[in-house]
Amino acid sequence: MSNTKDSMRSPLKSVRGLGSAKEGVQHWWMQRVTAIALVPLALAMLVALLKLAGADHATVAAAFRNPLLAIVALLAVLAVFWHLRLGLQVVIEDYVHTEGTKVVALLAVTFAVFVVGGIAALSVLKLFFGA
Amino acid sequence: MANVERPLSPHLQIYRWPVTMATSILHRATGIGLSAGTLLLAWWLLAAAAGPDYYAFVQMVLGSWFGRLVLFGFTWALFYHMLSGIRHLVWDTGRGFTLPVANRSSWLVIGGSVLLTVIAWILAYAWN
Repeated sequence: MSNTKDSMRSPLKSVRGLGSAKEGVQHWWMQRVTAIALVPLALAMLVALLKLAGADHATVAAAFRNPLLAIVALLAVLAVFWHLRLGLQVVIEDYVHTEGTKVVALLAVTFAVFVVGGIAALSVLKLFFGA
Repeated sequence: MANVERPLSPHLQIYRWPVTMATSILHRATGIGLSAGTLLLAWWLLAAAAGPDYYAFVQMVLGSWFGRLVLFGFTWALFYHMLSGIRHLVWDTGRGFTLPVANRSSWLVIGGSVLLTVIAWILAYAWN
């Protein structure tokens, strides 16, 4: 923000704000937010899954009746699909240079994230409510 | 388009890979791998929600030698991407960019991810 005599930057750089995508640092920031969230969430899920690795269905179903595991699983699903959506977007934008193909690939990833993430979240909820 | 033979920067294969180059591309590779692996997690959750029969089928697939191999790779990718991601978060604060530190943190990420993967699988067998 400094625009003292020492700075080579013109104030326009800040004032025009959000850049060509009109999102500013939103993508970068949410990648960090979900990354930080995923450190404890992924570790907790990993421990839970390692414990359930050889378990039968009844044991797994009972484990997800625990609200602590259910909420950790839900948050992990949300954070992981959000995070991988942002990450795959960058990969696609780096390597796919044909505009049409790029847009189709980005759409496909976005739709897949909602569908698969939705299935995962619904599965956790169904297990939790025991329906 | 000019037909002049312009000088090109050397191709990737020309370089002797510094370890930081490997850790950089591995972060992206494990990210893509984990994205695919997340499909397995969703599949497993769906199976658990679907009921005992389908769950038994999925457990059989994931518990086979090939399934275990994939899950072992998934575990390593998870630890690698997590440690490498923490390294990125440290970089976000403006620290850790000098060559000796970057080289050391590269090896720390590689070694740490292998160690944590082995520990996780020892626990998995000990708990089951």
